[in-house]
Amino acid sequence: MRVLLVDDEEELVSTLSERLDLRGIESDWVTNGEDGLRLALENDYDWIVLDMKMPGIGGLETLQAIKRRRPSTKIIVMTGHSSSQDREAGLRAGAQHYLLKPIDVEDLIARMHQVQETEVS
Amino acid sequence: MSLWSGIRPPFWDKAETQGAESLNYRRLWKVTFGAAVAVSLLPLVLLSLINFYQFEKQYELQRGELVGEIQRLVSNTRLQLTDFLNERQSALSYVVQENSFEQLSDHRHLNRIFVNLRRSFGGFVDLGLIDSEGAHRAYVGPYALEGHNYKEEDWFKEAQMRGLHISEVFMGHRNVPHFVIAVKHEKDDGSFHILRATINTARIQDLLSGISLRPASDAFLVNQAGVLQTPSRLYGAVLEVFPLHLPKEAKQVEVRDFSDLGKQLIAGFARVQGSPFTLVLLKQPAVLLEKWSLLRINLLLLVVASAVAILAVTFKGTTSLITRLYQADQRRSAVLHEIEYTNKLASIGRLAAGVAHEINNPIAIINEKAGLLRDLVRAREDSAQKEKYLKSLESILGSVKRVSAVTHRLLGFARHLDVKVEQIHLDLLIQEVLDFLGKEAQYRNIGITVTIPPDIPSIESDRGQLQQVFLNILNNALAAVHDGGQINIAVFRRGPDRVAVSIADNGAGIAAEHVQRIFEPFFSTRSDKGGTGLGLSITYGIVRKLGGDIEVESALGEGTTFTVTLPVRRPQ
Repeated sequence: MRVLLVDDEEELVSTLSERLDLRGIESDWVTNGEDGLRLALENDYDWIVLDMKMPGIGGLETLQAIKRRRPSTKIIVMTGHSSSQDREAGLRAGAQHYLLKPIDVEDLIARMHQVQETEVS
Repeated sequence: MSLWSGIRPPFWDKAETQGAESLNYRRLWKVTFGAAVAVSLLPLVLLSLINFYQFEKQYELQRGELVGEIQRLVSNTRLQLTDFLNERQSALSYVVQENSFEQLSDHRHLNRIFVNLRRSFGGFVDLGLIDSEGAHRAYVGPYALEGHNYKEEDWFKEAQMRGLHISEVFMGHRNVPHFVIAVKHEKDDGSFHILRATINTARIQDLLSGISLRPASDAFLVNQAGVLQTPSRLYGAVLEVFPLHLPKEAKQVEVRDFSDLGKQLIAGFARVQGSPFTLVLLKQPAVLLEKWSLLRINLLLLVVASAVAILAVTFKGTTSLITRLYQADQRRSAVLHEIEYTNKLASIGRLAAGVAHEINNPIAIINEKAGLLRDLVRAREDSAQKEKYLKSLESILGSVKRVSAVTHRLLGFARHLDVKVEQIHLDLLIQEVLDFLGKEAQYRNIGITVTIPPDIPSIESDRGQLQQVFLNILNNALAAVHDGGQINIAVFRRGPDRVAVSIADNGAGIAAEHVQRIFEPFFSTRSDKGGTGLGLSITYGIVRKLGGDIEVESALGEGTTFTVTLPVRRPQ
């Protein structure tokens, strides 16, 4: 499984990447929406984990741009707010899951597997 | 007192307790009422006074005319009475002068004269001749008076002295009122005799009864002692007493007001010259001027009725006007306060959200770093330190969870200030609210129980607004209970479409007279402890806006139960 992590907090995203590596999940990380969009289009990721609140191109715009070009891309959005607006906007734009920060890495992996298993079955 | 408490305007006692910028409604009411009454009543009072003055003038004029009429009537009647007496006196004088003592002593001669007198003048009852010794020498008439001696009687002495005597009225043997005229004739040798005639008062009574027949009139004769000489319509038969003190000499007609027998009377008097009689004429002005009095009374009644009507209508109108103004001001004030309160909450919410958001990112980093460390430590071989590291890391991660729970709650609370309808599980919502208040309850050792049956459906409502509702009610409950008290929350169904949440405390309770008013804006029993009196008013407004209802039951010293009923589906 190959995952792209996009969050403006470098400390957060790099650490999360390292923790996924420890669990055998290959991951790349970037700290803004533009890089996230570029990498998402250049590579073939199984999952993209996207922060909703970022300077520059925000999480929602990045999500919409990726989905326009590659509708099959699977995306999990995360945010510091438990705002139902953010959640609904993310899910409406095509995200498969919504997670509240701080996230539990086991929970993140469980959700990725859950959707994959649903697809397989 | 009870009448006043029934009609007292609702703002009457509020005037002094309101803030400086608010109106003094009681004063405003007084000024408005006073001005309206003055403007309405002044013309009426002025008009009435003018009318009253004119009526008084007219009344006096009428009374003046009445007095004039009395004077004329008394004067004319006296003249007629004087003529009556003079005629008979002159006739007797003529008889006694033209006939000698001897002629008059002749019974047949005297009888002839008597018959002539009766025929010419009328009223003569008898005729007698008395000599200078007082002996009745001859007599014609119904009584056997011949031989009777009058020497010692007063009338004889007076006739002897003055040459003439007219007696007061007396009843006589036949019980018929009459009086006596005695005329003396003195001869050249100094000897004298007296011709004495008894006169019936019927002719005088006829004359006076003609006057008495006029409306509200009474005419009669009295003697100097006030004894009736002729019958009176008001005072009765002959020889009854007329109570009014009479002037000794009333050569001119005198008119006097007096009241007797419960009546206001005007009396005219005149002495009948040469006799003991005084003519009295009484008139009742009240009867004669009744038309004028009636007009005056009617006018007075009209003025009083109009004044009462004006006062009543003005009172009602002014009270209604000022009450509406007062209520509008109350509503405006409540809305302003509610806006202020909501803005304050929103500001606090935004501030809390900002802080929470700023904290949340570092917390997320700590969470990841601690998580990575735990992953790394777990990968190492077992050692004494490994367990210690893992314990510390679990503790860090546990604390991170607690902090993030707080920040999420703050963020959630701030976010819910916007109106948004969603599916709400009441158990979760109540737990969220209790999370805010749990610490206070814990410190004060207050027990809180929540009873929610499993079949309670989720409801369509606004999360933030409901949080505020239960936060307000629970805050009140916490303020009401003593340390160690109890608050019981229960959720139950109320019919197929409604769900109710009851919050019961065993605190101080609310007085019965306050229970009715606790949802009114600015009503607070805790104003001295910083209560704004808006919490429950806002709560009530929110519950109504959400299509629900709120009830309160309370008993002093036993506690209070608030029950919020909410629709399962949000009304359109």
